[in-house]
Amino acid sequence: MKDKTSNSAPALILEGVSLQYQQKYIFRNLNTRFPAAQFSVLLGSSGVGKSSLLRMIAGLQNYNAGSIHATDGQSLSNRISYMGQQDFLLPWAKVIQNVMIGSHLRGEKRNRSLAEHLLEQVGLSDQCNAYPQSLSGGMRQRVALARVLYENRPIILMDEPFSALDTVTRTRMQDFTVALLRGKTVLLITHDPFEACRMGEHIQVLAGQPAELYGPIAIKGAIPRHADAIETQQAQSELLALLLRKAEQ
Amino acid sequence: MKKQITIATRALVTLLGMLVIWFLITQFSAIPSYLLPPPKNVAQALINQRWLLWHATQITFVETVLGLLLGCLFGSILALLMMISPLIRRWLMPLVLISQSIPVFALAPLLVLWLDFGIKSKIAMAVLMIFFPVTSSFFDGLRNTPQGWLDLAQTMNATSWRKLFFLRIPAAMSSFASGLRVATAIAPIGAVVGEWVGASAGLGFLMQDANNHFQTDLMFAALFILSIMTMSLWGLVDFSLKKLIPWEKQTF
Repeated sequence: MKDKTSNSAPALILEGVSLQYQQKYIFRNLNTRFPAAQFSVLLGSSGVGKSSLLRMIAGLQNYNAGSIHATDGQSLSNRISYMGQQDFLLPWAKVIQNVMIGSHLRGEKRNRSLAEHLLEQVGLSDQCNAYPQSLSGGMRQRVALARVLYENRPIILMDEPFSALDTVTRTRMQDFTVALLRGKTVLLITHDPFEACRMGEHIQVLAGQPAELYGPIAIKGAIPRHADAIETQQAQSELLALLLRKAEQ
Repeated sequence: MKKQITIATRALVTLLGMLVIWFLITQFSAIPSYLLPPPKNVAQALINQRWLLWHATQITFVETVLGLLLGCLFGSILALLMMISPLIRRWLMPLVLISQSIPVFALAPLLVLWLDFGIKSKIAMAVLMIFFPVTSSFFDGLRNTPQGWLDLAQTMNATSWRKLFFLRIPAAMSSFASGLRVATAIAPIGAVVGEWVGASAGLGFLMQDANNHFQTDLMFAALFILSIMTMSLWGLVDFSLKKLIPWEKQTF
C-alpha cells in the first residue's frame, strides 16, 4: 500500500511506556498514538513530565519499559527534528549557517539555496548574513523554525517553542508554524490551553502522578483557529477546567 | 568612546596620585634614596640607561611571548586530549596537579642547570606557569557545552568529531579566553623568575644586578618597564579576544 522508503509522515505510537526517577513513576504504562501528518498537542502544567516525554521520543532520554515507534516500522533515529523553548542558535555562526548546521554537523554538503529559500519563507531573507545576537526573540525562533525545516524530517517535536515570546509574536509564530509544517507529524507540548486550541488537531491533556493522558479532545475548524471563534473559546475553557480538576486530585 | 575616556582619566589620576604620594614620602621622610629613590632619580635612570633597559626589555619580551605561545599551545592540546580520551584524562590529571604543586621558584635553578643560562630555561619557566590556567579553563569549557546544543546535535545525527570541532570547541572559546587572560598576566613572572635565578640578560637579570650594586633607581626603572610591558601585553590580548570572540559576554 505505502512505499516503504517514502518520507511520508508516519504516526507515532507509545506502548506501555514507563519512566522512573528516584523510585518514583513519572509515567507508568503509558499508551497513546499521535496520528500521522497532524498537529498533536499535549497540554499539561509544568513539572508533569511533558518535556521528559518529548525527550524520550526524540531519543534523548532512556526509559524503563515499553516502546516508542513509528507505524511504518522504520527507525525513528534520523527522522525526528526537535525544537525547544530556547532557540539554541550558535552565536558564532551567521543566520544562514545556523539554518544549515545539520548538514555541517553530519559532514554533508550544505544546501545554500534551500536555506535561502527557507529563510525567505520565514520572512528573514534580508538577515542571511546577520549574527543571531542582532535578532529579536521572535526572529530567532523563526531561524530555529527554518533550521527545523531544513532538516526536512517527517516528525517534528516541539517543546513549548513559543513560551518565551510576547503575545503578538507568539500568535504570528503559531500561524507560521502551522503553515510551514503541514503534512508532517507534529507533536507540540504546551502549558497554554489557548495555544493548544489554536494549533491542535489532536489534543490530549497530561496530568497526575504518575502522569496519564486524557482525551483526545476534538475542536471544529481547521488550524490555526481564530481566537474569537466560539468553538476555540469553548474548548479553551473546557481544557482549563480539566487542567484545574486534575491539578486538585 | 566616552567609557574609554573615563577609563583613561581614571588611570591617569591613579598614576599621578601615586607619583605624588611617592614624591612626598621621599621628600619629607628620612628614608635614604638607596632604599626608596625619588621619582626624579628613576626618571633619570630611565633616560640615561635607556639602551641598557631597551636591550633587557627586548629579551624579556621575547621570552614572555614565546612562553605564552608555547604554553597556550601545550595547554590547549592537553585540554583537547583530556576531552577526547577519558583514559588520558585519568592518567594525566594527577601529573598536571603534581606539576602545579611544586613551586616554579624551586624548579628555576634546576631548569637553568638543565637548559643553560640562555633563553630556553626562561621560556620553559613561563610555559610551566602558563599551561595550567589554559588547560583547566579550556577543559572546563569543553566539558560544559550547553546541553541544548548537544541535544540538537544528537537529533541531527552529528558525528562526534564534527560535534567536537563545530560545537564544543567554539562553545569553549570564552572559557579559553579567561584562561588566556590569566596566563598573559603571569607569563612575565615566569620569565623574570628564570632570569632572577640565573641569566646574563633580561629585565630580571638587570634588576638583580642593580639591586646588588645599590642602584635602586635603575631597579625601579626596570620594574616600571616590566609593569608597562605586562599591561600592554594584557591589553593587546584582551582587545584581540574581544574582536575574535564577540559573543563572549553573551549568556547562552
